[in-house]
Amino acid sequence: MLAIPEKNYLNYPKGIKSWLVTQDHKRIGLMYFFGIMTFFAIGGLFAVLLRLELMSPGQDFLDKDTYNQFFTLHGAIMIFLFIIPSIPGALGNIILPLMLGAKDVAFPRLNLASWYLYIAGALFFIASLVLGAADTGWTFYTPYSIETNTAVITVGLGAFILGFSSIFTGINFIVTIHKLRAPGLTWYKLPLFVWGLYATAIIQVLATPVIGITLVLLVLERLVGIGIFDPKLGGDPVLFQHFFWFYSHPAVYIMILPGMGIISELVSTHSTKKIFGYKAIAYSSLGIALISFFVWGHHMYTSGQSVYASMVFSFLTFFVGIPSGIKVFNWMATIYKGSVRLTTPMLYTISFLILFSIGGFTGIMLGTLSVDIHMHDTYFVVAHFHYTMMGGTVIAFLGGVHHWWPKIWGRMYSEFWGKIACGFVFVGFNMTFFTQFIPGAKGMPRRYQDYLPEYTPYNEFSSYGSWVLAIGFIIMAVYLIHSIFKGRPAGDNPWGSLTLEWKTTSPPDPHNFHEVPEIEHGPYDYDKIIPESAYQDQLEKESA
Amino acid sequence: MEHTANHPSYLQHHFADAEQQKESAKLGMWAFLITEVLLFGGLFCAYAIYRAWYPDMFFNAHTHLDVTMGAINTAVLIVSSVTVALAIRSIQLNNKKQTMWFLFVTILCASIFLVIKYFEYSHKFHLGLLPGKFYSYEGIAGANPHVFFSIYFAMTGLHGIHVLGGMGFLGWVMYRTSKGDYSSEYYTPVELGGLYWHLVDLIWIYLFPLLYLIG
Amino acid sequence: MSQQKSAHVHHVIPLKIYLGIGATLLVLTIVTVAVALVDLGPFNLIVAMAIATVKASLVAMIFMHLYYDNKFYLMIFLSSLLFVGIFISITMIDTLRRGDIYPELGGPIQENMIGNTAAGSSGKNK
Repeated sequence: MLAIPEKNYLNYPKGIKSWLVTQDHKRIGLMYFFGIMTFFAIGGLFAVLLRLELMSPGQDFLDKDTYNQFFTLHGAIMIFLFIIPSIPGALGNIILPLMLGAKDVAFPRLNLASWYLYIAGALFFIASLVLGAADTGWTFYTPYSIETNTAVITVGLGAFILGFSSIFTGINFIVTIHKLRAPGLTWYKLPLFVWGLYATAIIQVLATPVIGITLVLLVLERLVGIGIFDPKLGGDPVLFQHFFWFYSHPAVYIMILPGMGIISELVSTHSTKKIFGYKAIAYSSLGIALISFFVWGHHMYTSGQSVYASMVFSFLTFFVGIPSGIKVFNWMATIYKGSVRLTTPMLYTISFLILFSIGGFTGIMLGTLSVDIHMHDTYFVVAHFHYTMMGGTVIAFLGGVHHWWPKIWGRMYSEFWGKIACGFVFVGFNMTFFTQFIPGAKGMPRRYQDYLPEYTPYNEFSSYGSWVLAIGFIIMAVYLIHSIFKGRPAGDNPWGSLTLEWKTTSPPDPHNFHEVPEIEHGPYDYDKIIPESAYQDQLEKESA
Repeated sequence: MEHTANHPSYLQHHFADAEQQKESAKLGMWAFLITEVLLFGGLFCAYAIYRAWYPDMFFNAHTHLDVTMGAINTAVLIVSSVTVALAIRSIQLNNKKQTMWFLFVTILCASIFLVIKYFEYSHKFHLGLLPGKFYSYEGIAGANPHVFFSIYFAMTGLHGIHVLGGMGFLGWVMYRTSKGDYSSEYYTPVELGGLYWHLVDLIWIYLFPLLYLIG
Repeated sequence: MSQQKSAHVHHVIPLKIYLGIGATLLVLTIVTVAVALVDLGPFNLIVAMAIATVKASLVAMIFMHLYYDNKFYLMIFLSSLLFVGIFISITMIDTLRRGDIYPELGGPIQENMIGNTAAGSSGKNK
């Protein structure tokens, strides 16, 4: 049916209090969504200000210390308050139980606790803004993080709390996927987004406690001087880096794996084609999760790590690119000879394939020990990780938001403006970050408020790019918010997708399904079935 | 969702049946225990590295730990593991009173553990064997002896916090048992409390020889 | 709609097994203290860890029911230990091998800082 169902999870039960004590995964997911988008905006604001300062060499309006605080906050907010919780917390929470034919996640109260922990962690970060923030970089390297006079403890404790939010989400998803699948939904019938979330949850559970203990030890260093990381007290600062990166490297796979899961969904639905290499993609998610734990030292080649260990890490780092490469080839093979609709989600998918490939490839370049000796701490690294995190995860996230928008709100956004915004984002992103590879390779260091005059043209151009990016996001905010109130009713399945979440109404009933769904086909059986969709023709007309 | 004839009060609405709920709870608890292993794992890593760097200092420093108290604490935790396991067994056999009694003894053992730890800690504070910059004891040969005590306090302190948490968890389980919420049909929280408590014991089984019995 | 019901009647472990394991654990504790009093050089650590592992296995397999339950739980528990092992061993590839090329970089960064301020920096500049 096309009309928005009268009783759905958005309007039932009513009242703010019902939202604040909800155990409905869809509501919790929406609350996460608003939280992360708020912090994306704040983190993005810091980014625009940083790029404004970097328009020309010398001080423009930020002094050196404030600049250091800004890039620290940009990084910490984007990583801990936006990107890590983004896809699992917002999209995963809403979509996962629906994809499994379940009524909710395994532990709904724990889910709500996860959200409250997210908010508590966020409050610590906000508090730190008035207490002197931090100027150590989001990596908190010792000994500077021990000595600096800024609110490292507040930010550290905030991150510690956020870690628990992440852990509880991971536990919830693992148990949900194992135990709450609808009858007949075997592992190989699961959508690949589920496999992605599963692999992510494994990393969340195994890696996050280590950043927890690291932050506790850092706080103790500042308070009590335990001397484990402080060289003045007999400690080892490189040990801090081992502790920190043992989590933070797998953490980047927490960021990308759910995004890759989304891309599998988008590429299949919007090409109306069966996914190529289902098992390869599923197992590569697990492979990435596993290998990600062996490579953390590639962040430490120039820190004083033993050369022998650096060689081992560099060798192992090459392996982590293989499963990602497998996925990219499988996605490309899916699009090939598919009936491709250039909808906004599809445009984001294509953007992802280009941008993530650049990010991944430059990652392998940096993983090469001999190359990284020269490139470490330059803008080459900054460009690389923005290509993977933003060109990868954020683009995939945006694709997922647009893809599932009609399911979440029951309304379609404007495809016209969707494509415009995607264009601004793609162009703006490349303007900002591709440019940065060049001064990076020429030696421009990162985390400096100032730079040599010869780098000026690149920095100027990159800053203009940041404005194009910002415009894209502003346009996106406007048409998305507009669609919540004025968008056309979308119907159950506007994209003609075969995964279970499209079998229920848009927006879904508070209890998801009226009856337990029957599993009649696989999630990508476009070769056997073309589902009816009232909107398919209309969309084709629009996107032509 | 069909409402079957027996829809017991403990069955949450999103689960199909009690078995699914119980298995989910158990899997969830095991996933949580993994995170605890990794949390302490970081401290074991710090221990391994510093012991490899300062083997002699570690040996000298550890002589200032009281092996007797440590051994008694080990025995106390082992006994508490037995009693919590017996508590689960009792509720499996629907014996509410026995369950309460065993839970009580478990919590009592935990308290004894903490009391002994208190004596150990205060003795060290008295001598100046403190972590980091507060360290002031003169009698240990070897480089940077405060590092041993930093690690000692971090590991036993974190463990002690978990003992405290376990006491709270088991106390709450005891309270629910007293209200008759559990029976041989449904005793999952007792089982989960037991699993958590056994992990606390497991960690101490390794802490004891590593800190108190350095060769 | 449960998963296929394993004929899983709740397995009640006999009392004597619990008490027997408990007694074994106490005995092993005494053994481990006794062995520590004998000087075996590097083997002290190995023996102590071996005894601890036996004790831990008894607690995990019997008290925590890993022996009786779905082997999946055992697998995930062992994997957590595996990852701790990976963390420690690969980190030690760094910390123990720093002196490979430049010997003065081997070992911790500065020694004897506490209680020995007269000595000051030992000259191991980083």
